[in-house]
Amino acid sequence: MNNYSISIRPFGIHAILLEWPGRVDVAILEDILQFTQYLKKCCLKNEEWEIVPAYNSVTLIYREEPINFKELKTKLLNWYKEDIKVVKRQKVLWRLPVCYDEDFGIDLNEISQKSGKSIKEIIELHTSQVYTVFGIGFLPGFTYLGGVPEELQFNRREEPRSKVLSGAVGLAGKQTGVYPQESPGGWNIIGNCSVPMFDPKAEEPCFVSVGDQVQFYKITRAEFDLRKIESEVGIYKLEKIVLDA
Amino acid sequence: MLKVLKSGLFTAVQDIGRYGYLNKGVPVAGFMDGFSAKKANQLLDNDAHAAVLEITMTGPTLLFEEETYISMGGALLSATLNNEPIANYEVIKVNKGDILSYGKLKKGFRNYLAVKGGFKAPLVLGSRSFFSSVTKKNHLVDGDELAYDVCSYFEPKISKLIVDSFLDEIELKVGHGPEYENLSDKQLEMLFGKKFSISNENNRMAYQLEEKIEGLQISMITSATLPGTVQLTPSGKLIVLMKDGQTTGGYPRILQLSDRAISVLAQKKYGDEVRFKLNSQL
Repeated sequence: MNNYSISIRPFGIHAILLEWPGRVDVAILEDILQFTQYLKKCCLKNEEWEIVPAYNSVTLIYREEPINFKELKTKLLNWYKEDIKVVKRQKVLWRLPVCYDEDFGIDLNEISQKSGKSIKEIIELHTSQVYTVFGIGFLPGFTYLGGVPEELQFNRREEPRSKVLSGAVGLAGKQTGVYPQESPGGWNIIGNCSVPMFDPKAEEPCFVSVGDQVQFYKITRAEFDLRKIESEVGIYKLEKIVLDA
Repeated sequence: MLKVLKSGLFTAVQDIGRYGYLNKGVPVAGFMDGFSAKKANQLLDNDAHAAVLEITMTGPTLLFEEETYISMGGALLSATLNNEPIANYEVIKVNKGDILSYGKLKKGFRNYLAVKGGFKAPLVLGSRSFFSSVTKKNHLVDGDELAYDVCSYFEPKISKLIVDSFLDEIELKVGHGPEYENLSDKQLEMLFGKKFSISNENNRMAYQLEEKIEGLQISMITSATLPGTVQLTPSGKLIVLMKDGQTTGGYPRILQLSDRAISVLAQKKYGDEVRFKLNSQL
């Protein structure tokens, strides 16, 4: 560790923010996750810490008693400097099925016109990328995926929709993601994912974690309809690939 | 069972909240005014985290089908049991067939109804607190039923509490948020030198304040937010995130409310005033 200059700031009396340099960068995210893994395993003495990584930061929350900011800041900086043999963090790739039928991809025509690319080309671009989960928020299970190719970068819609369907796959700037629930939203909608991104009844309600990788693949409308029916009764399979990298 | 004859404006089951899932985008939820809810539970020797009904502005009409004991805390909402007025912070025996109802809001905004043993809404991800997309229900509707333990005899250690001035407090004790250091002297003067009133945009997710201060023009990358985080937008709007608030955000987080300050704010309604006070502890 000790690869970056990090800033540590108070976040009230029960939380502390650690911030890496201000850019969206897979290497920075990896550094954050390695450090938080180290903190969990070697440094923070008990189970009560809640740890929330996002993009270029991690927030540590301790509700039992007020944090001694100065003391903890010193410790954190020292821990970060330690030259330790970190156990390599396991990396995971999730393959997610998407139906890009125009009934679901309600903005496909518009972004096809804007970009000068055919819908087929847009789908190929979207499914050929491996994306990284940089943050989870906005809604339970809403993943912010980075790594969208330049040709697929579009501004958010000027007028957000009051209703975006559960499962909707969206594009906004450099990001893509899946709406886990029906919600107002301003992202450009290009398809629908049949796998529920958030299931409070599941053993792991949100199977994706910050730092994981995601790749979308195209499925037909018929296959989507079948999988959607199955997922509504809790039958769905998660396609997980453990990476060695 | 508790039968909901009339549900009121926004009546929901809440407990101490849902912890450990912020990294999955799941808000804490839970009592908006933890101070009042915990006192209502305390009177009944309940666990501090036992589920209560959070009753907002317009109260429900409730039928108790079995005997138990109740207590109330928070807002003064003209509660009656079988048409007889009952007070907050007292242990009250309820018999089979009794009807609890609420009338005119006199002070505060949220009332907490605790029952001996807590309400038995389903436990989801460690909490019974209602939150849409996590629990089946977001709030109670007419005809709903809620389970609770039958209790025919209970001798409270304390049968009454005096909570005199909580609802009149306007001071919100705050600590530094992560972006506090970016504030100018002028912004600090505006923040701590005057009162702010509650805008119409106030709910379990966030309270937006009416008055603006000078905005903060720093670019931010999305990062964690917490209940009680005060955000300052580029246009100078102040937004206080509350218990159902989003777990990440992109606006500067200039202040962080103490737990008690969140409870104080949760009892304010449109037009009420509050003032920030920096806590010297941090």
